[in-house]
Amino acid sequence: MTPSTTSAGRDGAPRRSGPAGGTAGRLPWVLVLPAVLGMAFLVLPLAGLLVRAPWSTLARRLAEPQVLEALRLSLVTATLATLLCLLLGVPLAWLLARVAFPGRRLARALITVPLVLPPVVGGVALLLVLGRRGLIGQWLDATFGITLPFTTAGVVIAEAFVAMPFLVISVEGALRAADLRLEEAAATLGASRWIIFRRVTLPLIAPGVVAGTVLCWARALGEFGATITFAGNFPGQTQTMPLAVYLALETEPEAAIVLSLVLLAVSVVILASLRDKWTAGP
Amino acid sequence: MTLRARLVVARPRFRLDIDLEVASGQVVALLGPNGAGKTTALRALAGLTAMDGGHITLGGAPLHTFAAERRPIGVVFQDYLLFPHLSALDNVAFGPRCHGASRADARRTAAAWLRRVGLAEHADARPRQLSGGQAQRVALARALAVEPRLLLLDEPLAALDAHTRLEIRSRLRRHLADFDGAVVLVTHDPLDAMVLADRLVVIENGAVVQQGTPAEVARRPRTDYVARLVGLNLYRGTATGQQVKVGDMLLSVADHLDGPAFVAFSPAAVALYRTRPDGTPRNLWQATIEGLERHGDNVRIHLEGPLTASADVTPAAVADLDLSPGLRVWASVKATETHAYPA
Repeated sequence: MTPSTTSAGRDGAPRRSGPAGGTAGRLPWVLVLPAVLGMAFLVLPLAGLLVRAPWSTLARRLAEPQVLEALRLSLVTATLATLLCLLLGVPLAWLLARVAFPGRRLARALITVPLVLPPVVGGVALLLVLGRRGLIGQWLDATFGITLPFTTAGVVIAEAFVAMPFLVISVEGALRAADLRLEEAAATLGASRWIIFRRVTLPLIAPGVVAGTVLCWARALGEFGATITFAGNFPGQTQTMPLAVYLALETEPEAAIVLSLVLLAVSVVILASLRDKWTAGP
Repeated sequence: MTLRARLVVARPRFRLDIDLEVASGQVVALLGPNGAGKTTALRALAGLTAMDGGHITLGGAPLHTFAAERRPIGVVFQDYLLFPHLSALDNVAFGPRCHGASRADARRTAAAWLRRVGLAEHADARPRQLSGGQAQRVALARALAVEPRLLLLDEPLAALDAHTRLEIRSRLRRHLADFDGAVVLVTHDPLDAMVLADRLVVIENGAVVQQGTPAEVARRPRTDYVARLVGLNLYRGTATGQQVKVGDMLLSVADHLDGPAFVAFSPAAVALYRTRPDGTPRNLWQATIEGLERHGDNVRIHLEGPLTASADVTPAAVADLDLSPGLRVWASVKATETHAYPA
C-alpha cells in the first residue's frame, strides 16, 4: 500500500490511474500480453464463423429438411436427457448433500468422472453395459426386447450420461449453501422429510436447479463423442446437430457453417439467460 | 399436561445433564452464559438434537420416542427462521397444512393468528420486508398456529434493538399468559427471564446450578454468574451466629445461621472513605480501586482487597473523594444491608 497518494504523481503514474486509485503502478506486460492473446484465441474463431457465414443463402439453408430434422432431433433429445437428469440428478444431489452414508466421498468423486472423461470413452463404456451384448443390454433385449444403442433413446442416454454431472454438482452446491436450520424449523412444524424437501428445500435451491438445468441442457445439446459412439449417426434418428455439423464439413462446408451458427446462437442465448449467475463480475 | 424431562446430551468436551419440570400454563426460563447448554437443551426437547440418555414426558406420555415432526411442539428460533420464499401468511399456514388442514382452513387459521399478533395487514409481506419485531411476531404466530402443548423459545428477543425489545417483550408476555401449554424459554438476558418467566432454571456448564422464582433467584444468588446477572456482590463462607468468615475477613450479618453460607449485598450498600471513618461500622476493610465505569446514573467502582467487591457511588462522590485506579480507600457495609443464607 502506498503510504501517501501524492507519491503516485512523482512516479509519473497519474496517466494510468485506475478506478481503484493509488495502488496500481504500471501494468505488468508479462501478464497483459498473454491475457490479450488468450482473449483473441477464444473470440477469433467465433468471429471467423460469423465472417465466413453465407449470410445471403442463410435463410434457404436453414429451411433445408435435413437441417430442420437435425435441429428438431437435437432439441428433443437434449430436452428429454435434461428431464432424465432432473428426475435422477436432483435426488442424487440431495443424497450426496444431506445424507451421511459410508463412501459418500467416493460416490461424489465417481459422479464427477463423466465430467472429465473423454466422451468417446463414455460412449464405449455405455456400449459395454447397455449394448446388445452388454451386461444390462443383453438382459433388456432378452426380457423386454429393448435395444438402446443406435436408437433415439440411445442418444438421450448418451447425452444424459455426459450432462448429468453438471446438474448434480450445481444442485448439490445449492443444497450445501441452503440453510439447514430452515429445514429444522419445518420439521418442528410437523413437516415430514418429503414435505420439507418439496416445500422448503426445493424452493430454496431453485436458482441452483435452474442454473444446473440450463448447463445440463447446453451440454446435452452439444454432445458429440458419446452420442456417435453409442447411438451412431443416422439422419432423422440419431443424427443430432453436432453430428450433422461434423458430417457436413466433409461434403458441404457452407452447411456446416450454418449449422454451427445455429448452435452458437443457442449457446449465446443460454449464456445471456445465465448472465447474472455466471458472468457478472464482483 | 406437565412436562417432565431429564435431558442428557454428551459431547466430546461437554455434557448436558439437567432435570426439568414445567406445569402447563407455566413459563420456565433456562438462563445461563453462552455455551452453558441452554440451546442444546431446547433442541433436545424439540427433537432436533438426539439425546444420549434421559427422557421427556408430557402429561405422562413419552415424547422423546418421537421425531421432531411428530411432537406437539412449537418452536420460535433465535433468528426466527421464517421461510424466505413464503409470505407471512403462508409461513404461519405451513404448520396447520402439515397437520392435515386443507389449504383454505390453514390460511384461515393463519390469518386469525396474524390478527392476534397484530400483523393482519402484513399477511402478504415476505419475511425480508418485515422488521425484526414483526418477524418475531410472525415466528410466534407460526409456532402457536399448530396449537402446541409445549412452546419452546430460543432467545426470542436477542435479535431486537433496545427499543423494539421493550415493546415486543411486553407483547410476548401477554401471549405467553394466554397460552395454556408449558413454555420453556432460553435466554442469557436476566431481564427477559425475570419479566417473562414464572420460574428460572440457571444452567452453567451443562448442569442446573440454581432454580426458583425470579424473586428468589434475584435475592439469593448461588453462583458468581447469577450474582453478576442480578447485580449483587456474593461471597461464600462459614457462618457462626451473626458472623460469616469469608477468606480472612469476618463479616457481620443481620441473619442468624450456622455452617456453609452465602453473603450477598448490593454495590449501592458499599460506602467508600479516603480516611478511616470515625465510629466503627461493623464491616470495614481497606481496598484498592481496580477500575471505574459508568453504571446507570452512578459510577461502579471495582475494589480489590480482602473482599473483591463492586461499589456504586454518585459521580459527585467520585469527584469529592478524587477516586482513581490504584487509590487505597476504606470500604464499609452495614450488617443490615447484607443478606446471608445457607449455601
